[in-house]
Amino acid sequence: MKPKGFDYLRAASVEEAVDGLKEGGEEARIVAGGQSLGAMMNMRLVEPELLVDIAGIADLDYLRAENGALEVGAALTQAELLEWSGLAEQAPLLHLAMPHVGHFQTRNRGTVCGSIAHADPSSELPLSLAVLGGEVKLRSASGQRTLAASEFQLGMLSTARRPDEMVTAVRFPNPRPGQSFAFREVARRHGDFAIVAAAAVVSDGHVRLGIGGVADRPTVRDWEALEGSALDDALNEFAWDLGGHDDIHATARYRRELVRRIGRRAIEEARHA
Amino acid sequence: MPRLSREARHPVTIILNGKRASGYAEPRLLLVDFLRREIGATGSHVGCEHGVCGACTVRVDGKAVRSCLMYAVQADGRRVDTVEGLGDDSSDLTALQSAFRREHALQCGYCTPGVLMSISDFLERNPKPTETEIREMLSGHICRCTGYAGMVRAVLDVVSNGGAAESPKSE
Ligand code: FES
Ligand code: FES
Repeated sequence: MKPKGFDYLRAASVEEAVDGLKEGGEEARIVAGGQSLGAMMNMRLVEPELLVDIAGIADLDYLRAENGALEVGAALTQAELLEWSGLAEQAPLLHLAMPHVGHFQTRNRGTVCGSIAHADPSSELPLSLAVLGGEVKLRSASGQRTLAASEFQLGMLSTARRPDEMVTAVRFPNPRPGQSFAFREVARRHGDFAIVAAAAVVSDGHVRLGIGGVADRPTVRDWEALEGSALDDALNEFAWDLGGHDDIHATARYRRELVRRIGRRAIEEARHA
Repeated sequence: MPRLSREARHPVTIILNGKRASGYAEPRLLLVDFLRREIGATGSHVGCEHGVCGACTVRVDGKAVRSCLMYAVQADGRRVDTVEGLGDDSSDLTALQSAFRREHALQCGYCTPGVLMSISDFLERNPKPTETEIREMLSGHICRCTGYAGMVRAVLDVVSNGGAAESPKSE
């Protein structure tokens, strides 16, 4: 399958990119690594009139640890983040989650921001951003704004980004003292989309669990000091609340079972980390 | 940079396996189709055309990428390496290719050009990988014939022998 015809603009700067979006309106799309958008275009699920390529914008190719967060620019690839020597210390959850993001070959072009902008409910990066309470920086020709992860992702492949806006960066808050992390997922093949993914953040007595792959977006829940059967009950309730459905990959029932099991495993692993 | 119109065919020049190669591409032309049809370099294969199978994997500026998820116009001015560039001439096999032959790491050969390009990038960045790391890297490829075990053996062989092993082991 080949994509439908489109005009192509290689933006040299963020200004040029947002001008392109303004001009192209609803029919314009940003491309960085193209690992999700390219596939959707080849299948003609998306047929933009204009592609604005931001991969070459030097100003967006950065990784910065400042103001209590790790900020990742929109041109930085997943491979660059994974290979960064400071990752385990600065962003322990990402260090655990990144190896599950796609494959060696797709991470070489796929970007961190692109995965978040694409907003697939089973992707690891949006889940990590949601659990950490991160932020998304958006820019248009008329201004910029920053949204919390929970305000940004609205549903399946759906975000609060307006057609004239582009994601310029995402911010992952730094770990706080006493916090520990774990990441677990079940997929048919390593690197495939998760059937269910679980990210846990634990700090004395407090448990936060995020689940991807079940609801239409990553969903986060917080509990105080739960142990034993109380934890099982809480996980069971969470599994039902997520309202999973049957599809070709798994049944809703299997997904609930995975939420209970890998949810518990992630929490325990984080507690012992 | 001016906006490239969908109607027009735009000049694209790449450094293919060390030599300049030029052709024309509409923006929507996939890099793999540009290589095969414009340049005539048919070593890279097309499988799924949506980034899943890895048959089309080539190296762009050294990195193994899906050439079905990249447009020819995006590769303009860049270095592209394909399976044709692995041996010095077409009768020459690299240590990795010889190991593939020895270990039965291919059968029909459809997935092989992509797999070889992935492995060459991978081994440059990680010259002493573990078997788990090798399997993880291979998870980006679909092979309908071999069951991957031969590929894992071939990579391990190249890694442990520094690519020196020449003769078939157990014949
Ligand atoms: S043809 Fe490109 S990944 Fe299958
Ligand atoms: S050798 Fe036939 S698909 Fe891999």
